[in-house]
Amino acid sequence: MQKDEKVLLEEFQSKIDKGVKIEPKDWMPLKYRNQLIRMMSQHAHSEIVGMLPEGNWITRAPSLRRKAILLAKVQDEAGHGMYLYSAAETLGIDRTTLLEQLHSGKAKYSSIFNYPTLTWADIGAIGWLVDGAAIMNQTALAKGSYGPYSRAMVRICKEESFHNRQGYEIMCSLAFGSQEQKQMAQDALNRWWWPAIMMLGPSDDNSPNTEELMRWRVKMESNDAIRERFIDRTVPQADYIGLSIPDPELKIDEATGHYKHGPINWEEFFNVIKGNGPCNKSRLKTRVDADRNGKWVREAAEAYAAKRVIRDDTDF
Amino acid sequence: MILIFNKGMNTNMEKDTQWPLWEIFIQANPGIPHKHVGSLHAADAEMALQNARDVYTRRNEGISIWVVEARFIKASSPEDAGSFFEPANDKVYRHPTFYKVPDGVKYL
Ligand SMILES: [Fe+2]
Ligand SMILES: [Fe+2]
Repeated sequence: MQKDEKVLLEEFQSKIDKGVKIEPKDWMPLKYRNQLIRMMSQHAHSEIVGMLPEGNWITRAPSLRRKAILLAKVQDEAGHGMYLYSAAETLGIDRTTLLEQLHSGKAKYSSIFNYPTLTWADIGAIGWLVDGAAIMNQTALAKGSYGPYSRAMVRICKEESFHNRQGYEIMCSLAFGSQEQKQMAQDALNRWWWPAIMMLGPSDDNSPNTEELMRWRVKMESNDAIRERFIDRTVPQADYIGLSIPDPELKIDEATGHYKHGPINWEEFFNVIKGNGPCNKSRLKTRVDADRNGKWVREAAEAYAAKRVIRDDTDF
Repeated sequence: MILIFNKGMNTNMEKDTQWPLWEIFIQANPGIPHKHVGSLHAADAEMALQNARDVYTRRNEGISIWVVEARFIKASSPEDAGSFFEPANDKVYRHPTFYKVPDGVKYL
């Protein structure tokens, strides 16, 4: 007997309220499914496109140690993309479609990866600030209601803390180095601070649907709350290495004990999201080319696999 | 796990399939069962094993990996869970706590 939608929705909500995870074959509202596909695929795309700004410096890392670390970090990001694509696929969308959406520009990815990495210090700033901000967001998402997403997030969080530390370590060496190195670190902080603040998403009065998404535990915390925590944790880290946050209005709010930041340039944020950031076109082109250039490899591997099945279907 | 939605599964050379989907099970240490960790795409089983190693065991998370093509997994469905698992519901006598052990009797 088919239960009606209202009963199913109540059961669904009560599971979530009890902290029971929703699994792929469970009933879920279409809106929940679609919202998750959107979030998870955006997240997956961000991990994949996120390899590009850092990949830019792998061949020019200043030492073998730094190169090995950066390679491992970028490889982790590829892994994160894979966990998330596979988690998104549990909701009934296939990999081909997900990638088509990225390549056609229909799907979005994090605005932050559309900024260029001009100096080695940017690699430090990315690990410290971008991974740092991502961790704030991901720790919250790990408590979300959709099983496969939350499990992927737990895994990702475990791997992220090395990303954050290696970035801060780079900033430390530069900040405590020569005057030029310190200047380079400060310049990277100046360029990455605001994009990192913005990557946590529009302010709460500008993000619709939040109430329902919170009730369904798709979103766990408001963007502004996560942003506040990120700033609270990061400012003392900047102080420690003697760098200054490029926000003249930044100060501790005596009443709450939290930092209050100056006005955010949301126009820039929405403009980058729309595709007009400094690197949007080259990022997308790199992905599209990689996919196109890899097509013959995928076909060859499939042909090889098919041939082996014909030759001996017991030995795979 | 993808159990019901398996588009892109038939190896049709016209369409770019991104390869079939494989479910990955990893044994973390000797003596414990293999546990599902996620899925990935690969052209064949051997490639699935290598990809699983790179995707899921970059930090020594496993000593053994099983890969199973997703389309070969049949799963029970949540809607039928009530009736499907019903036979076990009224058999409390399967549990040791069902029985009264007389006072003073030990090792039972
Ligand atoms: Fe990541
Ligand atoms: Fe990361």
